[in-house]
Amino acid sequence: MATIDYTQKIPNNVDLTSDKRLQRALEAWQPNYLEWWAQMGPTDFNTKDVYLRTAVSVDSDGWAVFGHVKMPDYRWGIFLEPRDEKRVVGFGDHFGEPAWQQVPGEYRNWLRRLIVTQADTEPASVEQQRLLGHCAPSLYDLRNLFQVNVEEGRHLWAMVYLLHTYFGKDGREEAEELLQRRSGNPDHPRILGTFNEPCEDWLSFFCFTMFTDRDGKFQLLALAESGFDPLARTCRFMLTEEAHHMFVGQTGVGRVIQKTCEVMKEHPGKNPFEYGAIPLEVIQKYINFWASSSTDLYGAEVSSNSANFFRSGLKGRAYEDRYTDHKALEGVYSFENCVDGRIVKEDVPLRNAMNEVLRDEYVKDNEKGIVYWNKICEKAGVEFRFRLPHRRFNRRIGVYAGHRFDLEGNALDEATWNQRVGDWLPTEADRAKIKSLMVPCYKPGQFASWIAAPAKGINDQPAEFEYVKL
Amino acid sequence: MAETATSPERVVFQTHPERYRHWKLSFQGDVATLAMNVQQFEPQRPGYELKLNSYDIGVDVELADAILRLRFEHPEVRACVITGSLDRVFCAGANIVMLRTSTHGFKVNFCRYTNETRLGIEDASANSNLRFLAALNGTASGGGYELALACDKILLVDDRNSAVSFPEVPLLGVLPGTGGLTRIADKRKLRRDRTDVFSTIAEGIKGKRAVEWNLVDRIAQLSKWDEAVGQMARELANEVQPRATQGVQLDQVEATIESDALRYRYVDVKLDRTMRTAELTLTAPDACPKSDAEALAQGAAWWYLRALRELDDAICQLRFNEPHIGLILLRAKGPAATWQTTDALVASSKHWFVVETRHFAKRTLKRWEGSAKSLYAIADDGTTFVGTALELALGCDRIYVLNDADRPVQLGLTQVHAGLFPMANGLTRLETRFLGTPDSVGKVLELAGKLFDAETANELGLATVAPDSIDWDDELRLAIEERASFSPDGLTGMEQNLRFAGPETMETKIFGRLSAWQNWIFQRPNAVGERGALTCYGTPTKPEFNTLRT
Repeated sequence: MATIDYTQKIPNNVDLTSDKRLQRALEAWQPNYLEWWAQMGPTDFNTKDVYLRTAVSVDSDGWAVFGHVKMPDYRWGIFLEPRDEKRVVGFGDHFGEPAWQQVPGEYRNWLRRLIVTQADTEPASVEQQRLLGHCAPSLYDLRNLFQVNVEEGRHLWAMVYLLHTYFGKDGREEAEELLQRRSGNPDHPRILGTFNEPCEDWLSFFCFTMFTDRDGKFQLLALAESGFDPLARTCRFMLTEEAHHMFVGQTGVGRVIQKTCEVMKEHPGKNPFEYGAIPLEVIQKYINFWASSSTDLYGAEVSSNSANFFRSGLKGRAYEDRYTDHKALEGVYSFENCVDGRIVKEDVPLRNAMNEVLRDEYVKDNEKGIVYWNKICEKAGVEFRFRLPHRRFNRRIGVYAGHRFDLEGNALDEATWNQRVGDWLPTEADRAKIKSLMVPCYKPGQFASWIAAPAKGINDQPAEFEYVKL
Repeated sequence: MAETATSPERVVFQTHPERYRHWKLSFQGDVATLAMNVQQFEPQRPGYELKLNSYDIGVDVELADAILRLRFEHPEVRACVITGSLDRVFCAGANIVMLRTSTHGFKVNFCRYTNETRLGIEDASANSNLRFLAALNGTASGGGYELALACDKILLVDDRNSAVSFPEVPLLGVLPGTGGLTRIADKRKLRRDRTDVFSTIAEGIKGKRAVEWNLVDRIAQLSKWDEAVGQMARELANEVQPRATQGVQLDQVEATIESDALRYRYVDVKLDRTMRTAELTLTAPDACPKSDAEALAQGAAWWYLRALRELDDAICQLRFNEPHIGLILLRAKGPAATWQTTDALVASSKHWFVVETRHFAKRTLKRWEGSAKSLYAIADDGTTFVGTALELALGCDRIYVLNDADRPVQLGLTQVHAGLFPMANGLTRLETRFLGTPDSVGKVLELAGKLFDAETANELGLATVAPDSIDWDDELRLAIEERASFSPDGLTGMEQNLRFAGPETMETKIFGRLSAWQNWIFQRPNAVGERGALTCYGTPTKPEFNTLRT
């Protein structure tokens, strides 16, 4: 099972040849997917050779091989972690029962919604990032962008496999619609707001892979616990790929910071923009924007859906095995509700607070990234310190939506917010300035003025390695 | 529930667009827009939040008020767009926590009132040259879609995400009981198997399939949304002529509320909490307008309209705020000439304001006999049950007429009985009363314009009993005391069975099924028991069903 069958039109480790019905469905979907990629992917680079990592097995050691590949020839396929025959449902009312290999009828609609919502984010990010290749700060970064893109594409495949295999006609229709919704399209946008935000510069891209892909990580961690075994196995393998995306984000922002620190040391008291670098305050504003927007992705603080998904064993908590009470039926979660603009402590049943539980883990993980970036400042002898905006800041979903808070989470009136918002979120002028820095730098081993070189190359390649053959 | 008439938990039925909390009514030429923007933290009573444009009685009172004002204050309006102000959400339906924490009686009253509001939308379309467009800017679930179904046309945004849905059965273990299942079958005429499928998919149906199944009339893309709404509203507006250019402002119909009484200008309600009865007296004034112009000049102060609005308010008050009152004793007073003159005007006028008032009278009469209270008309000395007042008596379960020449009672027929005020079943009250002897209807109607006494009323079959002075007090006392001793549930069921003889209409089906099925389910453990679906919804606990089917 672990070895991927590359002799097939659709590489897989799920023995696709023995399931003719599924094979036919997926083969029918494939041309539409390729057409979508041709329209909405990084189109202008489709003929170039890119140094990509491709999955060859799902074993934890040596699952990937590296080599130059043209993106449309990337072997998108279906890879699930091997099945554990003894696996049981790890949480909720069905705790301890054998994990389901088929969709339980009563949970079919919920599961489909969960899968569609997750799936919708995968092609969305490719669409958001489709023009970034034209202004990449280096071949190294260009390659990373494309790696992220093809893997998001593969994640779409993984979800479509589940829709085709387990959800009949409805699933096939949903799979079609995944290719019809478009990020930022006024008529048929992607389901979640953040995935309709434009991502037109590389600072946004790094912030996106840092904060938005990290939401993806936690959603996948929660779905990897699912009692529906094929979903859990799919998500576990996706997580191994997702880790790289966050590496791109965290080190990407870090390299921007490092470059700014160098410029600041060299030209004390000057605006780094003058030397082609990005002021730390502006980086902080981008962090504020993407962190707050991505924090919305966990949904409402108190949620019937999250309670339903947990109790039915469909979506658990990240690292469920670290908890002792897997039923979570008795506990309460104390959260800060916002009632008419005032913050009020409130206890809600734990199961209804699962979105918030997951968001807690996410915020903790984000804090680690902040620490990493501040170490760069510290090492460079720069006093500036980054911070993660309070989870109440700039929210559009949940109890804090519609109210104004500063970066520390203090309530503000509208007038104060309007006065201060330019200090906290990127202004048009900031964006224009960033955009002006986005000029391509395609010479092997060279980097744009606003970003430092990485500590080491991909797959230990030397600095001047030609990651993309233009 | 409220124990005294001045309890702070009373539901208030009077409002004004300037005081709306949950709706915004705006106008652009002959098209009005009613935008739903439910304030999450302003529920009608504490204990729940109105998330995602979910509604409670407070929201629906404003909607009913808006529809009424469109009819009276804005005869220039030909189309009304009902839409939502929230992003990607039209309306999530009745608030579940509100339903869960309500008494059974409140739930029943809530559903009855919201149904009357939706039927009011359809009545406005049918009779007031006012078409309704449900412009679903986002998902419309449960009661949200039911509201849309009450409109003439439904436009749904096609963002590949927004759907119309009935999640009641799959998620809540109850029914889309605000006319939803009836309208989808009888009004939009969906195929039965598709309706079955639709009603069990919690997330609903969106886009092209929603059109294909006739769940909605059209879909429109987000970028062309305003244009599509405008165009469809225009098409609807062009179907009808504007009624007039100048409307009539409706003033407030406020009762003076005392501990055991509600006092209005023309309506007076005295409560006897021991006997659980209310004496409701409607008194016509001495003078009244004789022409359209005079009525219009008086506007909302025209006694007939004012009295009906007071009666309407009193009925709602008795239903919601006086749940222990089981029997209403109706008396009509004032000069017979006032009733006769007014009815003559109402029956003959083609003036939009008078016509509108007539339709209001029709709806108030329906509200009257749609109430879960026993209704007795008491025609004793000094009463004048003439015309519209007699029609109210015909809506009662019994009519007691005092038969004593020394204590005269005035009864009389006017022009209103021959079809001006159809019941929910589509028949007149006389036709319904004499279903078995249709000839009687004509015989009775021959007396139109005349006054008659108790004897004649008894002979015509208009009196249930007509005791003389010797028997009257005792007869009445026994009838009241006996009524008070019966099971309120048994009485409600019996009365509702008997009041609407004759054919079924969509309206009778809606109320009948609300009573028969929804109110049954609302009592069953599978919905409201400790592990019932309605109880468990939104909680960490999974519902458990008793799987026996009846």
